[in-house]
Amino acid sequence: MGQILSDLGGELFVLFVSIAQALPALVGYIAIILLAMTVWRFVRRQMTPKADYTSLKTVTFGDESAVVSDKAASVISIALIFVIWGAFTGSNWLPGMFHAPGPFVGDSSFVYTVEDANGNQDEATVFVSVFEKGAEVPSQEVAAGTGFAKDDFLAVQAYRSKLILWDKNDETNRSEGAKIVSVDGRAISKDNAVDVGFGRVALTDKGTLNFEPGKGWQMENIWLPAPDSVASRLVSVWAEGYQNVTLAEHLSFSLFRVIVGFFLGALVGIPLGYAMGLSDWFRGWFDPIVEFMRPVPPLALIPLVIIWAGIGEQGKIILLFLAALWIMAIGARSGVSGVKISKVHAAYSLGASKVQILRHVIIPNSLPEIFTAARVAMGVCWGTVVAAELVAAEKGVGKMIVAASKFQDTDIVLMGIILIGIIGFGIDVLMRLAEKWLVPWKGKG
Amino acid sequence: MSGLEIDNISMRFELPNGGAVQALKDVSLDLKKGELLSVLGPSGCGKTTLLNIVAGFLAPTGGEIRLNGGTVSGPSADRGMVFQQGALFEWMSVRDNVGFGPSMKGMPTAEKREKVDHLLDVVGLQDFKEKAVYELSGGMQQRVSLARCLCNEPDVILMDEPLGALDALTREKMQGLVLKLWKETGKTIILITHSVEEALLLGERLLVMAPRPGRIHKEYRLPFAELGVGADLREVKKHPDYAKTREEILTMIWDMEEEIMGRSEESA
Repeated sequence: MGQILSDLGGELFVLFVSIAQALPALVGYIAIILLAMTVWRFVRRQMTPKADYTSLKTVTFGDESAVVSDKAASVISIALIFVIWGAFTGSNWLPGMFHAPGPFVGDSSFVYTVEDANGNQDEATVFVSVFEKGAEVPSQEVAAGTGFAKDDFLAVQAYRSKLILWDKNDETNRSEGAKIVSVDGRAISKDNAVDVGFGRVALTDKGTLNFEPGKGWQMENIWLPAPDSVASRLVSVWAEGYQNVTLAEHLSFSLFRVIVGFFLGALVGIPLGYAMGLSDWFRGWFDPIVEFMRPVPPLALIPLVIIWAGIGEQGKIILLFLAALWIMAIGARSGVSGVKISKVHAAYSLGASKVQILRHVIIPNSLPEIFTAARVAMGVCWGTVVAAELVAAEKGVGKMIVAASKFQDTDIVLMGIILIGIIGFGIDVLMRLAEKWLVPWKGKG
Repeated sequence: MSGLEIDNISMRFELPNGGAVQALKDVSLDLKKGELLSVLGPSGCGKTTLLNIVAGFLAPTGGEIRLNGGTVSGPSADRGMVFQQGALFEWMSVRDNVGFGPSMKGMPTAEKREKVDHLLDVVGLQDFKEKAVYELSGGMQQRVSLARCLCNEPDVILMDEPLGALDALTREKMQGLVLKLWKETGKTIILITHSVEEALLLGERLLVMAPRPGRIHKEYRLPFAELGVGADLREVKKHPDYAKTREEILTMIWDMEEEIMGRSEESA
């Protein structure tokens, strides 16, 4: 127990350290938000002031109705995400002046000082050429120079590092006791690397030099691709597909699973909820099952479903069916129990039969709750299908991003995540529209 | 016999904690066809329970209700109900709400339409037929409730504080409407209310009930409902007997309330 606690404490400490490191960025971001607000407020004051009711309120702090989403803030916020993203990836969409400093690329040199076994010192120059990934590897003949230490040439790819076997061409070498004492006139040791301006030179355990060109502030493509490369990937994957499966196929497989799974879940869940809401026997029978199954995250069922049904469509549809089932059953149940008894009484005393009351009172009265449940269930199903595809699938957006991650095609991973977000948002918007259209009386009872 | 007989009704039920409540004890009352009865009493006197028993939503533990000679055993279209609020079907238009009863009976559309249109004219909602009920004000909603109940042509109309949630001005207008409808349709009406003024104005017969156990305390026969039909209700209130009866009933109810308070202090 003590071991677990101390392990967890250690994890917590590491977490706090990471948060502390992220703090300046966070503070900077908040500063940008406040700055943009100040600037925008100033700009708006120069324009014609609004004269609606809300603008006349003197108390707005704490008045929730006076707080409406500021469209300008939304636009700036989204634009800023792309600007930051573009700036730290060197995007072509952004003029170069907005780019964060990139990695060093080009030619430069530094000087090292060798001391031989007798204490004699000599200097030699290392000519460095840093090239971009994919570019031709530069080569260059350098003159040996004077003294027992000879000049060297080094070609290194940006973001990589390279060892310099400096004594290969020198008149003395490490096995004779020669060693490097300084770089660019500054003392160097194993614990004390030297920054030469365009990179960093370190002394290895074996006495060789290790050169690492400066990385600048930008993210390497493999960590975070530029927005334009994500966009061009979208175009190319849309046209050609990824790993012989088109994007449309990936997307339609995922959507197919969600829609079929949700539909089956609703088909069983709604009558189940009605039965639970209308009969105490059914309520008692299914309450323990539903209340137990509801808190079990559908993702936890993935291994079992794979064992039982394999990785084909059946397994995933069963999973989504289960994800939707309990939500829909609970929604329908509370829709039925939420009916005002005076409505039922009124219908009875107007001569309605049980079937008529079910058809004309209980079902329409429960529709708003069922729609709310359907929105939740669709969201959960969408999340679950992606996760299930990450674990095991042949096609689907989840499968696409997990396959891309294995080949370090980060731009496809990012594109997939954005598509997943857009589709999830689109589903919710469609459900809300349907709700407005089909149950306009929601919340008006 | 034609009319409503409330014959020796008692209602006693057990509580989960082992105690029991005697909500009504030996309540008897005969209502002739076309009579307008208002029921008044402090909270807990069992007036809503009585109404629910008459409607058939509750089974009494003693006695029985007879309507036109037949024993009442459950809710039915011969006893219409008007509730305080929230009993309209907000998924239906005003027209469909009013025509709900005839629709359930399968009345032909044309006949139903004519009937609904007529009733909406009577309650003054001819311009709101196609509106959704949640678009109407509280007073208009209660007009829809009245029209819906009348459209089904019940023998008895039961009203459970139908005007309780309305503001004072709307309430007065609606009181006039209730009187008008009573006279025009000749229905038997039982109206439960908290308001002494309303009970006086809308009660041809007025029943004051007493609590613990719920029972009939006193019955009045009053002229005000008859006077109020088609007249200005404020004029009716100037009747010399009106203020006198109001004071008498208010004193009665205050005494009951004080007795309840005293009793609960004793037991505390």
